[in-house]
Amino acid sequence: MSGIGLPSDRSGPVRSGSVQLPTFLRSGALRKLLRDPVATLGLAIVMFALIVAVFAPWLAPHPEDAYESHLLQRLQAPSAEFPFGTDNLGRDILSRVILGTRSALVVAVSVVGAAMLIGVPMGLVAGWKDSWLSELLMRVTDVFLAVPQLILALALGQLMAPGLTTAMVALALTYWPFFARTVFAETRRLRTSLFVDALASIGASPARILLLHVLPNAAPAILVRATIGMGFTILTAATLGFLGVGAAPPSPDWGLAISEARQHLPEAWWFPTFPGLAILLLVLGFNLLGDGLRDAADPRLRRSRR
Amino acid sequence: MARYVLRRVLLTLPALFGLILLSFVLTRVVPADPAATLAGDAATPAQLAEIRARYGLDRPLWEQAVVHVGQVLTGNLGSSIFSGRPVVEEIALRLPATLELTFAALFLSAVLGISLGLVAALNHNGPLDHLVRLLSVGGLAIASFWLAIMLQLVFSMDLDVLPLRGRIDVALGPPPHVTGLFLLDSLIAGRLDLFVDSARHLVLPAVTLCLPGLATIARFTRSGVLEALQKDFVLYARAAGYSPFRLATVYVLRNAVTVTVTQIGLLFGALISGAVAVEAIFDWPGLGTYAVQAILSADYKALLAVTLVVGVVYAVVNVVVDVVQALIDPRVAEQAL
Repeated sequence: MSGIGLPSDRSGPVRSGSVQLPTFLRSGALRKLLRDPVATLGLAIVMFALIVAVFAPWLAPHPEDAYESHLLQRLQAPSAEFPFGTDNLGRDILSRVILGTRSALVVAVSVVGAAMLIGVPMGLVAGWKDSWLSELLMRVTDVFLAVPQLILALALGQLMAPGLTTAMVALALTYWPFFARTVFAETRRLRTSLFVDALASIGASPARILLLHVLPNAAPAILVRATIGMGFTILTAATLGFLGVGAAPPSPDWGLAISEARQHLPEAWWFPTFPGLAILLLVLGFNLLGDGLRDAADPRLRRSRR
Repeated sequence: MARYVLRRVLLTLPALFGLILLSFVLTRVVPADPAATLAGDAATPAQLAEIRARYGLDRPLWEQAVVHVGQVLTGNLGSSIFSGRPVVEEIALRLPATLELTFAALFLSAVLGISLGLVAALNHNGPLDHLVRLLSVGGLAIASFWLAIMLQLVFSMDLDVLPLRGRIDVALGPPPHVTGLFLLDSLIAGRLDLFVDSARHLVLPAVTLCLPGLATIARFTRSGVLEALQKDFVLYARAAGYSPFRLATVYVLRNAVTVTVTQIGLLFGALISGAVAVEAIFDWPGLGTYAVQAILSADYKALLAVTLVVGVVYAVVNVVVDVVQALIDPRVAEQAL
């Protein structure tokens, strides 16, 4: 365990420095991750989705189907020309699933990134000293955690003008408490460690200790939380799209496609099936990867998955 | 124990109070002009001013906040903009349907999840174990609204063995109202036909809704049992020659299940969230359908009331879960004090 250079052992935290995340990846955690077949599968799925997302317009057989409709070929069953069939406007579902990968990942990365930007500083500040400020921050976190995310996101999404941007803001506003809580716990754990005392005694400022020393040591936990958050966000964003408070037509959103498909059942079974399988595969990839990262980072971290 | 319960209840109060404040911020601060939202696009300035005066929107913000908190505490959540009826009444009408669905799902996920987790751990690294592990990761990756539609497609449309939507056959009508839970009410009325029919309607929504919970519970039970199997008292019981069944149920499971109970509390939030989409798909006349209708008709009063009610129910469930956990494992209460 001591060889992987992670804060798995309280007495031996990562040495201070400014290049911590690469160290974490170089230090054998990655090798350990790749030795776990399930985590490797997760990584492969995520990499595959990233490639599909980046090259979506070139990979999709009919990239113009993001906006164009061809009513003459509507609701065709899967065939050689349209492997996933066509939808109610005659658009190639395979192309729209491929194009949807990009929007799903863009939404998830933005939401998780924004949630991190809010939650991580709050967790650092709240975990550092027991003051009225930290008490207040954590109570605010509790309030946000007291309502199931989807409900809160629905309320927020409705009160601002419904749309994809609103849905993203709402999702970020409901996911940051998870980062705040993760970082809060890590900061509290680390602030009593010997190396923090040593840094304080040689006159390092709290900001320096938190940003250059505590934050890098909390990075594995943040990374695990972010990976699981990606899967969770993709699911919730799809649900919002399905309920009509997310992406708007004609964007090639998976949740939206499933909602449009409902009126064409049971004839067009392929219409909801393939977008749903895409959600399943991508979320599965992030969840498997998150599990693997958690095991690689610290086998004792057994937290619930949200 | 009593001290623990009291402490746990008191700890919940600040979060609930914050929730009421949050609901105020959501209604009064987030929309640019609530009066305009209420009045609609065609309102004249005079009408706007009148609405502001009637709803107290012309008073200072802090005063409005105090009034809002007072109203919520006295159970006055306002009237639905859409139907004009008090939202509390409308929610009370729909809550039993949601509770019946979520409890059925919770029951399924607990029973199936604990059994699967136990079976997996007892076959550690065997084929059954891998199957359960796959299920416990896959179950959390499935979008419940999609699963619901797929189940409808297969079991209601293709095979035609289960009803497509609703809580009960319209021709039969609901059982006489006692609890609002159709399964219970039809038994109270002694109507077996109604019981069977409402149970048949419950199958698909409950199965859809139980999957994420089942996955989580199976996962935690599995790791809990694996951990308990390593303990000395299990080794002793095994040496003393107890049957594997008795060993698993009496010695291992009771020690493994405390973690699972906490998960059930956390799951409740996921269940309520899942219920929104699942109810909308199965036309289940509960809170979820109500919330979706509120979204479609821009009824922010109704939506906020749902948020508050769900928040309160969620908090209560988590207190109950903590207490149950302390009853199973008294060490939990001692550590917290």
